[in-house]
Amino acid sequence: MASSASAALGGLLQRDALGLWRRRGELLNPILFALMVATLFPLALGPEAGRLARVAGGVAWVIVLLASLLSLDNLFRSDLEDGSLDAMLVSRQPLSVLVAGKIFLHWLATALPLIVLAPLIAYALGMPARGSGTLVLALVLATPQLSVLGACAAALTASLRRSGILLSLIVLPLAVPALIFGAGAVEASLTGANALQPLLLLAAGTVLALAFGPLVCASALKLSAS
Amino acid sequence: MNRSDDAPPRIEARALGFARQDEPIFGPMNLSVRAGEVLLVEGGNGSGKTTLLRVLAGLLEASEGSVWREGEPAEQQAQLPLVFLGHQGGLKLDLSARENLRFTTRLNGLRQGSSIAGALKSVGLEGFEDTPLRFLSAGQKKRAALAATLLAPVALWLLDEPYANLDREGHRLVDRMLETHIARGGSAVITAHGMLDPAVSSLRRQPMECAHG
Repeated sequence: MASSASAALGGLLQRDALGLWRRRGELLNPILFALMVATLFPLALGPEAGRLARVAGGVAWVIVLLASLLSLDNLFRSDLEDGSLDAMLVSRQPLSVLVAGKIFLHWLATALPLIVLAPLIAYALGMPARGSGTLVLALVLATPQLSVLGACAAALTASLRRSGILLSLIVLPLAVPALIFGAGAVEASLTGANALQPLLLLAAGTVLALAFGPLVCASALKLSAS
Repeated sequence: MNRSDDAPPRIEARALGFARQDEPIFGPMNLSVRAGEVLLVEGGNGSGKTTLLRVLAGLLEASEGSVWREGEPAEQQAQLPLVFLGHQGGLKLDLSARENLRFTTRLNGLRQGSSIAGALKSVGLEGFEDTPLRFLSAGQKKRAALAATLLAPVALWLLDEPYANLDREGHRLVDRMLETHIARGGSAVITAHGMLDPAVSSLRRQPMECAHG
């Protein structure tokens, strides 16, 4: 019996989740990186609380952005190298659905821990408590979009043996809008301005990315496979 | 699945050729495989066998000519499934054979009357079902990939060097698999670098025509 797309998606999620679990040590790397960078800032800028707190929102965003780049490199490369991408392509299952599943797992494994960690980073940077709630909300709204953009870049560079820098060069400019509105939302809530507008723009960007991202990502992946 | 000769070939290449950045890799060449037939494509290293199979599988776009399936251009038959087994078996090394097959059967579907345990037994991986593939030998990994091929409910197999890395018993296993497959009306295109004598009935050989130049 031929298999349905949802069965294939379920199988893929199960397989990749199991693979992540077997290499769960690697999942810690982005988290440790984020914590490390967050502790570098007070060391570099000095302990004066006011100075840190002023830049805390932007710094927290940049930290999360850089940390989420770390694990992107291998998102599709392993599938390309071990031939399982070929298997997915000839299976006649819709590649965009499978890709969406992979992006979701990637978000779950790397973005979600960073979101959970964000209040801690904000605290370490001396951000007032009212800002850290907005930071978490902004991250929840923006990280799916960052995962999708990152996945598209990872799909484009999957056939290159080493693409770490190139990947960052592709993703970072695309992530600028999310960074501006995300940091803007935190800033707005700290100064008492209305944070709703930047948050809504983040949400809109994410809706757009979720709608078209998997399709774009799937075509990029087909290019890489040939 | 009947084996009448007036049925269109299961897969057919018409003046098929592939060039990478203007450098011809193979072709133009013709081939056709009917139901119940195995085509053995023979050629030395670098003669373009793997590229040919990738083009037939639709993973690469042909530079010239076309691929036909069941009498229609392959692009119009995009829903016809097949199995492509390359040098990399398409399996995850961190997972066991059983876990890998659980995925491939959900991706491709499961052939009626077959089971993961049964397939693993028939390829000789009994006792290694739950060992991560990383700890198995190259031949055992190949056997796991062959088990995935066995389980897929498809009529067309494209197997790139299915005999590579296998011992004598493994060669007989591939022969047996092919024999069973064509007995139920399946077809296969397999590659080898000569010097092989598969014991499969209705086997045709086709030399890989070297690219001009």
